[in-house]
Amino acid sequence: MSSPEDSIAFAAEPVADTAPEGRSEPRRMTLNMGPQHPSTHGVLRLLLELDGETILSAKPDIGYLHTGIEKEFEVKFYQQAVTLTDRIDYLAPLSNNLCYCLAVEKLLQVEIPPMAQWMRVMLTELTRLNSHLVWLGTHAIDIGAMSVFLYCFREREEILRIFEMFSGQRMMTSYFRIGGLALAPPRGWRQRVKKFIDIFPSRIDEYESLLTGNPIWMGRTKGIGYMTVEDMLDLGITGPMLRAGGIAIDARKQEPYSSYEKFDFEIPTRTESDVFARYQVRVEEMRQSARIVKQALEGMPEGPYQADAPKVVLPEREKMKTQMEALIYHFKIVTEGFRVPEGEVYQVIESPRGELGYYIVSDGTAKPYRVHIHGPSFGNLQGLPKMVEGLLVSDVIASMGSMDFVLGDTDR
Amino acid sequence: MTLPEGLEPFILSSEEKLGELTVEIAPERLIEALRFIKSYLEFERLSTVTAVDRYPSEPRFEVVYHVHSIARNTRMRLKARLSGDNPEIDSATAVWRSANWYEREVFDLFGIRFLNHPDLRRILMPDEWEGHPLRKDYPITGVQV
Repeated sequence: MSSPEDSIAFAAEPVADTAPEGRSEPRRMTLNMGPQHPSTHGVLRLLLELDGETILSAKPDIGYLHTGIEKEFEVKFYQQAVTLTDRIDYLAPLSNNLCYCLAVEKLLQVEIPPMAQWMRVMLTELTRLNSHLVWLGTHAIDIGAMSVFLYCFREREEILRIFEMFSGQRMMTSYFRIGGLALAPPRGWRQRVKKFIDIFPSRIDEYESLLTGNPIWMGRTKGIGYMTVEDMLDLGITGPMLRAGGIAIDARKQEPYSSYEKFDFEIPTRTESDVFARYQVRVEEMRQSARIVKQALEGMPEGPYQADAPKVVLPEREKMKTQMEALIYHFKIVTEGFRVPEGEVYQVIESPRGELGYYIVSDGTAKPYRVHIHGPSFGNLQGLPKMVEGLLVSDVIASMGSMDFVLGDTDR
Repeated sequence: MTLPEGLEPFILSSEEKLGELTVEIAPERLIEALRFIKSYLEFERLSTVTAVDRYPSEPRFEVVYHVHSIARNTRMRLKARLSGDNPEIDSATAVWRSANWYEREVFDLFGIRFLNHPDLRRILMPDEWEGHPLRKDYPITGVQV
């Protein structure tokens, strides 16, 4: 057995420096990060060109999660395709459900009853909380704050239970359907959501007490990953990142959909445009989302949960047993779908990650002719090379965390 | 929204439907038109670039640009029609850098070439993939992987 001195001597063997004296060119090294790196949250590959620890350039390589969802849309009936939308951004399934349904409803010119609209707002805001909680937990764990993750997932679990209560599914909810909601809200939903939302703001204080004044957290995030507003607009970055740069842009305010104009909330902004500012923006967004959920809970209108459009919305089971028309409509919708008038729409909503857009082209049949999904992660990720240029390798982790991308949303 | 002033010389036709404005542009004047839209009409953002395949009719491809103005809080859709054999159009990367990945995606999935693009490679499909999956004549199943 060798003594400890031997091993030290072995490790300390001098490495010949082959670089010529007085070199002007930096000694470059290419580092392959991912696609299985834990901090890439999915399968993202980054090719980093380094000079020592400093990043000279970064090249993201995406496509590992490409599943051809846009092609798949073209062979499904409009109502069947709702289930595909869940699987795009798996942290915000209801946001994708909502955007798709709104786009098709715009083509169909269907009026959605107020109760369904408010319920959609409430659940998409819970989705935002869900997504931001996963972001905060994993972002913190990437930078080394382990415990925040456990606290965040405690609350996220409760949100997933609420989703399960509504739709029967924790993640792939498909709860919003064209024309309203899939099911009537379950018994006891008010108490469940109220219990959660009453306690949640104090939980945000808990996370903040762990991070906001924490010197290590501030050291790792302040001044890191800075981007100018011009660069962000030019590179296609949206959402909390843009707001952390000082632009108060949010589709919920500027282009309100699904009754968002009836809710009272603020768009948090910062001007520092660094990782810490993005953290502050998202934390404040959680508080605002909690406010919206509370308002939705208190002001939830009474009424039907589906539109009065028998050719589009499946009839109630009870009616099918007594009414001939209901049975016929059910049969027709299930077997041949419903025809959507010819036309095209681009519907935009504010997903937890930024601007989410669905471009749907209809040729007048029961299946979409073309669906294009503009996932916010796709645009945001494009800004990564610019963001990490000149930073250190460890800052890449912090910068990527602050972008909050989901690779399913990027690759579709 | 109505057609913004000053855009008329660039467009072939315009249509407003469901509250959304669609403008058709001749492919050879695309860059001029995009520059004008960005600098004079305050459309700061390029929201998305995509395409629609009208196979088998001609012109086969529509390249679709969605632009967004934060200052005026409006959106607009621009279209350029391309023929099916050797579809090519100028790259919008000269106007917005974000067009880089958007156009790579269209190149990858539709096989439309963007001229003067700095890095025109496949982005979602593997580099050695044959064919362009979002074309209408590409089968939905039965492709050997």
